[in-house]
Amino acid sequence: MPRSPLRIFFATGSWAILAFLVLPILVVIPVSLTDTAFIGLPKEHLSLQHFDTFLHSPEWLQATWTSIWIGIIVAAASTALGTAFCIGCWFLSDRAATIARWVMIVPILVPPVVQSLGFYKFWVTLGLIDTHFGVILAHTLLALPYVTISVFAALTNLDRRIPQAARNLGAPLILAIRTVILPSIRPGMITGAIFAFIVSFDEIVGVLFLTVRRVETLPKMIWEGIQESVDPVIAAVATILVILTLLVTAAAVARSYAATKPHPS
Amino acid sequence: MPRMNEKLRYWMLVLPALAVMIFFYIWPVLNIWGISVTEPATGLGNYTKMFDSNAVRVSFMLTFRIAAITTVVCLLLGYILAYTISNFATKARPLMLGLVLLPFWVSVLIRSFAWIVLLGRSGLVNDALMDTGLIATPIRFMHNETGVLIAMVHVMLPFAVLPMLTNMRGIPGSYMKAARGLGASEWRAFRDVYFPQTLPGVFSGGLLVFVLSLGFYITPALLGGGRVMMISEYITYQIQEFLNWGLGAALSVALLVATAIILFVAGRFVNLRKTFLERN
Repeated sequence: MPRSPLRIFFATGSWAILAFLVLPILVVIPVSLTDTAFIGLPKEHLSLQHFDTFLHSPEWLQATWTSIWIGIIVAAASTALGTAFCIGCWFLSDRAATIARWVMIVPILVPPVVQSLGFYKFWVTLGLIDTHFGVILAHTLLALPYVTISVFAALTNLDRRIPQAARNLGAPLILAIRTVILPSIRPGMITGAIFAFIVSFDEIVGVLFLTVRRVETLPKMIWEGIQESVDPVIAAVATILVILTLLVTAAAVARSYAATKPHPS
Repeated sequence: MPRMNEKLRYWMLVLPALAVMIFFYIWPVLNIWGISVTEPATGLGNYTKMFDSNAVRVSFMLTFRIAAITTVVCLLLGYILAYTISNFATKARPLMLGLVLLPFWVSVLIRSFAWIVLLGRSGLVNDALMDTGLIATPIRFMHNETGVLIAMVHVMLPFAVLPMLTNMRGIPGSYMKAARGLGASEWRAFRDVYFPQTLPGVFSGGLLVFVLSLGFYITPALLGGGRVMMISEYITYQIQEFLNWGLGAALSVALLVATAIILFVAGRFVNLRKTFLERN
């Protein structure tokens, strides 16, 4: 195709915008290797001291572990609830079911501070403030919209006649769901579960409202660290998370290149 | 099997999640209205205070202005990206898509931290400028609207790109080719044939970015440094500093109502179903 001015404009513009999206995030990597006690580029040599601090700090490790296990429970709970919900709505496919689906995505539309205020007042009456269960419950509610969106997307690709055939052949509803529907919507469920885990793992505003001292999550430690002193340990934590994300993204990109390549035959 | 019984079983699947959502989420959020008219005293005192307050007005205006600018910038940049990814980049497409999604998966907190590292008073940008002798004293990039806007655009851009990409994927290239074949210049074919077809994606992305920006808290709070107080930060400020739950609740109601009105009005131009319910 000829290189028209319009095309050149769009292509250069795009790479510039992508640089704006990605490069600022990568800045945490050199900063985490600094040999100084404050945020900045390494002065004399590279140092892993801030990673060392992270790996030997009971507070940071405890908070990381808390975020991980809360995220796993939230992913499991919201995927279970959300999948059942979507299958029911998919079978019903009426006006009421559509309204129910709108109700489930309300948490996407309500500002985080507003919903956290609502949580706080209710959690006080329920006695859930500063408990792990209180955080898990709040995060499950916040993750449900993402689970229902991705599971329902998987269901719309499913042919209605397939579970119907199973039912006609005498399979009870539960059996039809377990053996016919669940295997075919598994990709949507996995996407939903990953989303749910990340929603919980990154969530900060709710945690700030709902916890005091007993529950410390990783985002809360980072938030407090930024507010107080901007310690390079935060850069080390950020680097670990950014590199994990980079690896996963690189793997996904490589996979999609492999998928588009013609098979050598 | 009787039909009614069957329907009931489907509702049994729907109900657990729906009940949890209504009882633990919808109900507490609606209850904020109750707090706003009972604390500290019964009545509409919080609302009169809110409407009379100059600080509240300033904060609301600031919030709408920042959300509007963020939306426009995200749409412009996002359009260029989405257009390139769907029309020009064939080889680079997966890579570009990966680079758009990468920041999406990095938490907002860490992205804001990265911007603080870059834009702070002794941040990397100022250090570099001072080392090269371009400036003598640090420039204030942060703790002002510019800093908040840069970081907000950075966070919101993927939200603008994704709906536009979905939309552009559905536009066949043959229309543009036909227009070119009939003698239209590349620019004219883009403007008159391609662009109008992408408007649903543009509106959809714009609405998403605007609504999310209105209630945004983390990035403005960290990059604004208390000087750029968007309404979400104003609410937490009222609650944390003054324990003023009533006013905080009234402001929350106002923010919720504003969001609802925007969605209602936007519903006439935007396919809300595609924007929120069926996005992938």
